[in-house]
Amino acid sequence: MAKQQKPTMSRALQRREDISGYAFMLPSLIFFVGFVVVPMIICIIMGFTNANMHGGSMFGEFVGLQNYIDLFHDKKFLDALWNTFIIVIVSVPTVCAFSLWVSSAIYKMNSFSRSFYRIVFYLPVVTGSVAVTAVWKWIYDNYNGILNSVLTGVGVLDKGINWLGDPKYALGCIILILFTTSVGQPIVLYVSALGNVDPTLIEAAEVDGATDLQVFWKVKWPQIMPTTLYILVITTINSFQCFALIKLLTQGGSGTNTVMYYIYETAFKMTMQSGHFGYANAMGVILAIAIGLLSILQFKLAKEK
Amino acid sequence: MKTGVEHKSAYKIISVIILVILAILFLFPLYWIVTGSFKTGADIFATDKIIWFPREWTMNNFDRMLHTRTCPLFQLGPIVGPTAPAAYRWLLNTVFMSVMAMILTCVTASMAGYALAKKRFRGRAFLFGLIVCAMALPKQVVLIPLLKEMSVLNLVDNIWAVIIPTVGWPFGVFLMKQFSESVPSEMLEAARIDGAGELRTFSTVVIPLVKPGIGALAIFTFINSWNDYFMQLVMLSSDANKTISLGIATLMGESSIDMGVLMAGAALAAAPIILVFLIFQKYFTQGITMGAVKG
Repeated sequence: MAKQQKPTMSRALQRREDISGYAFMLPSLIFFVGFVVVPMIICIIMGFTNANMHGGSMFGEFVGLQNYIDLFHDKKFLDALWNTFIIVIVSVPTVCAFSLWVSSAIYKMNSFSRSFYRIVFYLPVVTGSVAVTAVWKWIYDNYNGILNSVLTGVGVLDKGINWLGDPKYALGCIILILFTTSVGQPIVLYVSALGNVDPTLIEAAEVDGATDLQVFWKVKWPQIMPTTLYILVITTINSFQCFALIKLLTQGGSGTNTVMYYIYETAFKMTMQSGHFGYANAMGVILAIAIGLLSILQFKLAKEK
Repeated sequence: MKTGVEHKSAYKIISVIILVILAILFLFPLYWIVTGSFKTGADIFATDKIIWFPREWTMNNFDRMLHTRTCPLFQLGPIVGPTAPAAYRWLLNTVFMSVMAMILTCVTASMAGYALAKKRFRGRAFLFGLIVCAMALPKQVVLIPLLKEMSVLNLVDNIWAVIIPTVGWPFGVFLMKQFSESVPSEMLEAARIDGAGELRTFSTVVIPLVKPGIGALAIFTFINSWNDYFMQLVMLSSDANKTISLGIATLMGESSIDMGVLMAGAALAAAPIILVFLIFQKYFTQGITMGAVKG
């Protein structure tokens, strides 16, 4: 990097780099600025207003921090925040541990079996959230879902459970589906990271009499740390974004409301309180800040190691 | 020593058994979609025992799914196509959306990625930082402002309202920057000395070298926009403009729809994209891993 930063670049040369650089950036910048940066700015501004669906002006009236104050007195929002937190806390470590175990088991296999397993674990991602949700709706179904049939069939349950209708189970059921659609990418990443670990280091450790477990923790784990970090961040973001499952399975009922779903409900769902764009955007800002803080925290923790 | 080896092979056998069981569990939902879509009503609603495999294969679910809604097959300005099952229109819309998002993203991202990797223009570090930050934010957060923008542009309930924000999402730029870093600067220098202009250098030197990156980005964008749901839900409303995911989700909300019809819909939505994935999965794996390097 440093060597390319030529301090002696002449003014004419710098000018040429500026012009050609921005010319190549331009098409992308139009979309990026117009439909990512500007909406983000609007989102932050709207969070301080009482903008709504029905008002004529885009921003409504400025209300200062009122939306944020209201949010922290809104029991529904606090519940949604708590549920989102549970989803992240449960799914991030399990997804990481599970995909690391699967990857260590498959990365030394021949290329056919390796691709086979990689594809199998990736398929739920490709299938798409709506199709996946549709089939799980049936699997969890109270009356003719296969989960109840199997569990009552083998005698674990006396009678079927209303999985998605019971607050005791609904959030867990959602987390399970989220889990099956989240491990695909981490497995691909871990398989390639484990394959890149310097084999001479492993051999040296083995010659010194290290056990498999020691080789893993002392040699492989530090080397795949950057991958782990990346996986932590993307899995966290993914868990925060979980929306289709909740929209299509429970509509936020049975104790499964999340911030993402509450934003949608506040802004778009046809209810009495709908169309509160200002309030919904304030939630969006909080969600974004939460994700940002968690990502920074994960980076910090990883650096200390 | 011997017991250690025995331990090792025992562990290996157990882990293979667990892997096979996991693979079966992960494949099961897909199996259930496919078999469910061909089952008769009697098999689907059987409560006395589980019908693991259709006792009788039927196309009835697909027939009913296709006939729940109809709309013109296509509409180009004043030309209105023949009336057809809405699901066909949804598939056409989805293909159009995914292909357009793919082409636009690949073109803009490969240009921008090259500039970020190889051009020393002022403000480059700032732009790159902004792009990385934006990638970490969930795009659903900005849906409300996006909807407002689309209504200003008169694009609400138009498939372009879903395509345009997808192109703006900066993951592609980031990925293409990673790939463009590997282009040797000497080759660019040589092309310039030979008198090649900027565009010529880009198309004859850079593009061939970053082709695997473009392949990865193309398949990535295609699958992601095919499977997106939230943005489509907010932007599109009329039957004729829906995508297949959104259409199936709409069917799901109707109480008159039974599981057989729903599985037929899910199969119709998932089959094309799974096929695309299986054909191009080599590029896909490459894209996922490249996106993470120095991520």
